[in-house]
Amino acid sequence: MKTLVLIVNRLIWFFPTVLGLLAIVFFISHVIPADPAAFVAGENATPETIAAIRARLGLDQPLHIQFVRYIEAILEGDMGRSIFTGRPVAEDLMSRLPATLELTLVTIVVASLIGIPLGVVSALKRNSWLDHALRVVTIAGLAIASFWFAILLQLLFSMRLGITPLSGRIEGWGPEPITGFYVIDALILWDMEILWDALHHMILPVATLALPAAATIVRFTRAGVLNALESNYVLYETAMGYPRRLVIWKYVLRNALIGTVTQIGLIFGILLAGAVVVEAVFDWPGLGLFAVNAILSSDYNAVMGFTLIAGTMFIVVNLVVDILQGMIDPRETR
Amino acid sequence: MRRVLRKLAEDRAAMLGLALIVLLVLAAIFAPWLSTHPGDVAEFHTARRLSPPGPENWLGTDRMGSDIYSRLLFGARITITIAVTAITIAVIIGVPIGLVAGYYEGLGSDLLMRVSDIFLAVPQIVLAIAIAQTLGPSIENVILALSATYWPFWARLVYAETRSIKNEPFVEAAIALGCSPLRVMVLHILPSISSSIIVRTTIGMGGTILTAATLGFLGLGPPPPTPEWGRTIAESREFLPMAWWYAAFPGLAIFMVVMGFNLLGDGLRDVLDPRLRRAGQHGK
Amino acid sequence: MASELISVRNLRVSFGSDAGTAKVLDGVDLAIRAGEIRGLVGESGCGKTTLARAILGILPRNSARIESGEIRFGGRDLLTLPESALASEVRGREIVYIPQDPSTAFNPVFTIGTQIDDLMRFKSPLLRGGADDRQGFFNSYPRERRAADRARVLELLRLVQLPNPEAVLRKYPHEVSGGQRQRLMIAMALLPEPKLVIADEPTTALDVTVQAQILKLLKQLARERGVAVLFTTHDLGAAYEICDRITVMYAGQEVEEAPVDGFFERPSHPYTRKLLDSLPSSEAGIRGIAGEIPRLIDPPPGCRFHPRCERATGICRTERPPPEAVDALHSVRCHHRLSATEPAS
Repeated sequence: MKTLVLIVNRLIWFFPTVLGLLAIVFFISHVIPADPAAFVAGENATPETIAAIRARLGLDQPLHIQFVRYIEAILEGDMGRSIFTGRPVAEDLMSRLPATLELTLVTIVVASLIGIPLGVVSALKRNSWLDHALRVVTIAGLAIASFWFAILLQLLFSMRLGITPLSGRIEGWGPEPITGFYVIDALILWDMEILWDALHHMILPVATLALPAAATIVRFTRAGVLNALESNYVLYETAMGYPRRLVIWKYVLRNALIGTVTQIGLIFGILLAGAVVVEAVFDWPGLGLFAVNAILSSDYNAVMGFTLIAGTMFIVVNLVVDILQGMIDPRETR
Repeated sequence: MRRVLRKLAEDRAAMLGLALIVLLVLAAIFAPWLSTHPGDVAEFHTARRLSPPGPENWLGTDRMGSDIYSRLLFGARITITIAVTAITIAVIIGVPIGLVAGYYEGLGSDLLMRVSDIFLAVPQIVLAIAIAQTLGPSIENVILALSATYWPFWARLVYAETRSIKNEPFVEAAIALGCSPLRVMVLHILPSISSSIIVRTTIGMGGTILTAATLGFLGLGPPPPTPEWGRTIAESREFLPMAWWYAAFPGLAIFMVVMGFNLLGDGLRDVLDPRLRRAGQHGK
Repeated sequence: MASELISVRNLRVSFGSDAGTAKVLDGVDLAIRAGEIRGLVGESGCGKTTLARAILGILPRNSARIESGEIRFGGRDLLTLPESALASEVRGREIVYIPQDPSTAFNPVFTIGTQIDDLMRFKSPLLRGGADDRQGFFNSYPRERRAADRARVLELLRLVQLPNPEAVLRKYPHEVSGGQRQRLMIAMALLPEPKLVIADEPTTALDVTVQAQILKLLKQLARERGVAVLFTTHDLGAAYEICDRITVMYAGQEVEEAPVDGFFERPSHPYTRKLLDSLPSSEAGIRGIAGEIPRLIDPPPGCRFHPRCERATGICRTERPPPEAVDALHSVRCHHRLSATEPAS
């Protein structure tokens, strides 16, 4: 019951936010350009094509009617056609979604597995050389341009040492998509060769994306643990002689992690943004690479479609994190 | 104020950050004098293309034979121009919105904050890409795209801070004494939340420079032959792994500058933000 | 004295900070007998809480320093005992703690039952002398012991007058009232069958109406079980309600120790007198104590009270007075103590 109230509460804000996102994208695509039709049509379009597009999009109508039509079109899944692939943008985006999701999800898992223990240790050994070193490393991790870091990793591990694939998601064509997640598909097919190959291709992109994500997790976990260590309940637990390990790894960690979970939404944003360039560097056939190709070929519908789907994904993840946090934090009663 | 500066001076990491920032500013100002090949922003020397670092070209040359070191110095000017202008605009938009929305309660305030929440609900780089793509590649458009996506950070921050100190006695006293709302906001509230704004702005500089470089890397930055750092790295990719210096040094420059702002921001937060200062104090 | 349960001797504790080193406890003596309920009173900042935490061995390690002294308990000096032994053998077993603010002392994200379970898993009296009397994260919690412990828990929760104990165990701390939380804290303190309870201002955070009930409950249970209590408070009324003897602290030093009657009827230290005079009463109204609590970073030499004392003479500025017996149970540290016949100032 409590959970239901929570979900409904959060959902109330979900729709206005998505509507707001639509408004922003509409504004960028229909209001800012002098002639949106020319943009949609691309560079080499004939005047006839542009005129046809203008009529189809109703660009001669007043703005509010255009907006309503725009939303109707989006609701029907119509984001226009990509001039680069010639297919509907929505279809293109959907076919590339699993690749990006697989990359970001694996990254979040890896970043958490590295970041949470390091954050706890950093807080416990506060002001030690390890803590200071981690502070510098995390600040540095957030200061490195991910496209540059990706190129450096490629340069060292793929080009010089030759121990990781240079780019791509898999050798050859990959398995017939079942879920589109190669790791899951490989497990379903029980094909270790594909599994290994998929994981092997993932190492560098995941390492690139995990660096800023893990840095963020370390910083928040450290702050959360320090906060908890100074709390009255830790004082009480210590005074009552609860074993130190129990206090830290059970009582302190749970409290600190509630804060960290909230950050995963934020981290997902970092990853999504990072995926654009990381996918471009590693030729990872996901949304990011699609967006970059769209930018390079001035594929206007595709860029706006990407903006919309990336924004929506981000909002959905934050919604889920919000609900999740409400469920794991017993104090949350709103 | 003096106490703050002294504490900051003791923080070696923050001082290193400050030094890196000063280095960037000096490089930008004195680029024509510091550079070994000041003309290379626009000149080509195809005979020397892709030469490795050496006595003639300290950091090597690019695909046009231009001196990378000299181009990096001039690139610092672009970086500073973009970051400072974009952040200034974002602060000028964001701070008043946050102040007004925090000071007055009502539908208008809620609406303003919902709008900034929606902007925050999308990763900045994604929105910036959409805007920059629509506007076309140029310095001005990068600045526009960045300030349009970054202002909500300041609006949100100032809103929350204003809300929390609005009921403090010194603000209530000012209102009771008949100060106009504008006066209360500018002379009483703004000074007491300025430290949070300074911290946020310092860290925001780092983030903005990264985003600007990313736009440049994606080809949405100022067009060639502008020596923009992100674009330079994008150009270098064809020539790897041979011309490693082509990619390595511009990236290092971005890294050092962003690191500088992050280190300084981190140090400033420790010194200025009293809520985080409690770390290190115990008992009563 | 043979029946002394714990005795603190010449304890000096200092806290380091940016501004300098504060001598928060400066040569404190304190002895508590088995089964005794001892009040530790004084203004805030006088070192009551520091003394309580020093006995428990939970002073903040990076800022607090124990300069000298000993805390003898059960034939050992707690100050020289390694932390692991203190945590496993003393804290939560022999000496337990009731905190000041029960609303923040419970961990907010675990149920009350989980927190009590973990306490019993490591501190149950059934463990004493048992084979698995070790501490560890992965220690097993045998089913029979768990059941027996659970029965004790429910019994004690009933004794502290919690309605529907089974339901309370399933709740989160924020779901029960402040008074109930403090009843739970008392129950948790008594579950390990300790010898000494350290109750650090246990009622300050509670409603006035609940305070009296909690105090009565604490006194009754401690008496029934013969458990000694060190009860710190700045509320003399509360101290009067439940204590056998009272120790007065001033600026990090104990100045007077007396049975509760002697304390209220024949205060011998000028500070105690002023403390009693500051109590609101119908004739006098509220009187503060003139002067300020001294800064502990650079405290006055000799008797720390002398800058605020009308009786102070030269010797008070140079020498800390030794304890002198007023009668068998009553002692005072003052060069110019008040005699019993002196009228109230």
